[in-house]
Amino acid sequence: MKKLIAILSLALLPLTGFASGAVHLESADIDLTDEAAMQRGAKYFVNYCQGCHSLKYFRYENMQKFGLTKDQIRGNLMFGDGKVGDLMTTSMPAVDAAEWFGTAPPDLTLTARLKHGGADWIYTYLKSFYVDESRPFGVNNVVFPNVGMPHVLMELQGVQEAVKEKDEHGNVHVKELKLVKPGRLSAEEYDELARDLATFLTHVAEPVKLERQSIGIWVMLFLLVFFVVSVMLKKEYWKDVH
Amino acid sequence: MSLMTWIDERFPATKVWNEHLAQYYAPKNFNFWYFFGSLAMLVLVNQIVTGIWLAMSYKPDATLAFASVEYIMRDVNWGWLIRYLHSTGASAFFIVIYLHMFRGLMYGSYRKPRELLWIIGMIIYVVMMATAFFGYLLPWGQMSYWGAQVIVNLFSAIPVIGDDLSIWIRGDYVISDATLNRFFALHFLLPFILAALVFVHIVALHKVGSNNPDGIEIKKGPKGNRWSDTAPADGIPFHPYYSVKDIAGVAGFLIVFLGIVFFAPEMGGYFLEAPNFEPANPLKTPEHIAPVWYFTPFYAILRAVPSFAGTQVWGVIAMGAAIVVLFFLPWLDKSPVKSIRYKGPIFKGMIAMFVVVFLILGYLGMQPATPGRTLLAQVCTTLYFVFFLGMPIYSKMDKTKPVPERVTK
Repeated sequence: MKKLIAILSLALLPLTGFASGAVHLESADIDLTDEAAMQRGAKYFVNYCQGCHSLKYFRYENMQKFGLTKDQIRGNLMFGDGKVGDLMTTSMPAVDAAEWFGTAPPDLTLTARLKHGGADWIYTYLKSFYVDESRPFGVNNVVFPNVGMPHVLMELQGVQEAVKEKDEHGNVHVKELKLVKPGRLSAEEYDELARDLATFLTHVAEPVKLERQSIGIWVMLFLLVFFVVSVMLKKEYWKDVH
Repeated sequence: MSLMTWIDERFPATKVWNEHLAQYYAPKNFNFWYFFGSLAMLVLVNQIVTGIWLAMSYKPDATLAFASVEYIMRDVNWGWLIRYLHSTGASAFFIVIYLHMFRGLMYGSYRKPRELLWIIGMIIYVVMMATAFFGYLLPWGQMSYWGAQVIVNLFSAIPVIGDDLSIWIRGDYVISDATLNRFFALHFLLPFILAALVFVHIVALHKVGSNNPDGIEIKKGPKGNRWSDTAPADGIPFHPYYSVKDIAGVAGFLIVFLGIVFFAPEMGGYFLEAPNFEPANPLKTPEHIAPVWYFTPFYAILRAVPSFAGTQVWGVIAMGAAIVVLFFLPWLDKSPVKSIRYKGPIFKGMIAMFVVVFLILGYLGMQPATPGRTLLAQVCTTLYFVFFLGMPIYSKMDKTKPVPERVTK
């Protein structure tokens, strides 16, 4: 039996290397308990992203979960006369958007769960735009090659250029990105902004995550006690079976 | 006159209780592997109960389905828990059933007189696969959509009737709203058929009696135990002995199962696949389509077989045969003994090989095909069938050990 288990675990080994992405993602190191980060992320999202991207499965009022009041949400994060219980849609009509960008800008509610790497993907993506005159908006992205959108945060980050290299097969890769023209924010400040957006979008993708884990601890504690009691009960009943 | 007497004169409540629980004598030497039958029932109940509650808020409509799942996850009270219990339960069901089937394989639980018991179990397995397949379309994510597209297209490989058949299954030329509606109807129906089949499975089990890790028929052994003079000496009443033991098994299982539900519901993308967090898009084919992990061994067999004579039907036949061959297991095993404990080195080697091959096929089914992987899949597919089709020969040749008269610890 031990031999069988050893063989089984060997056979499972290749599964552990299942998810190796081609692009190296930077660690966003987000903290889902950091309410201020999520509040800032929400502000950036509403100001820079929501013009094109919706969060159509997420309601404005759910931002109360990270410390905002309904009045704050209504006063600072909502434009027009929507209700605080509304879903965070975008005002850009999808048909027009598809015509302008070639493809309708996707809804971002679940990006953190869809993209491999989650928060790290979002963080790295926001930092990986570079000048590429062959693209319709003059920029490309290392993490999302031939992305259809412009670099909306360029005035904040500045302009990056790609340093390319050839590998042994003759394929051209982006080796690193160089800031050639600084934006309004320093590199550290821009990293912080990207991290805040990644934190906010990770929260939005699964708002219940922290609650789920904290309930889970109580469930586990209960089950451990229940397990011990049930094993003792079994032993008591089985005393007379020989 | 007591209430129980009043009932028993009209309905055999006490009789059923005794025949199936309090005076059903099971071998006393069940080990770890005997937990998975009761656990499979637990998971089935979990799937039915959480499934009914999900259906209260789910919308089987191509334009609404994806959003209704997110509505359940966010706006329905405890909806996230109900949904994770259901999605994790689907994978748990297959894990538990695969272990339950492997138990049967090790201890020869399919051998005479349990052939029908095994076949009923196999029917349960097939119905369960159909249920899982229909259910996987319902979240209407990208992998739901394209996975269903690939599987239904398999039917179109059948000569002559294939194209019409796949259109009949879909109700359309592609997977569409019509498909989603009928898959929802079938996904709701089949679990109740499963429950009925489980009842038949247990009726068959209690007719022939449980096998055990020694593969000894306790009914043929000496009679008389503490509870009855006519019951098998090596039997103990299912209730309370195995009912309390199974409760401990349930507790152990729940630690793992709820551990996943509360701390890793995506299970690294194996239980909830990342591409399914994007709504179905008939115009955008994902880079890599793979079924959920529990179907991947059979998917690897399907892809391993090359097309020839201008048709791909051979892969479909091989995949079907990989499941059909299991039905014939009772007649393939010619060994004079039932349990692996008394079988010889050939069977032990073959079963170890089978496990490894099944796991490798499961891994290959998740990966994009490369020439090297396809070759490995072809070798594994061959070995998969060698295990079953070679069994009548190698199980006869194998050196067996003498089987004791009475069950051992």
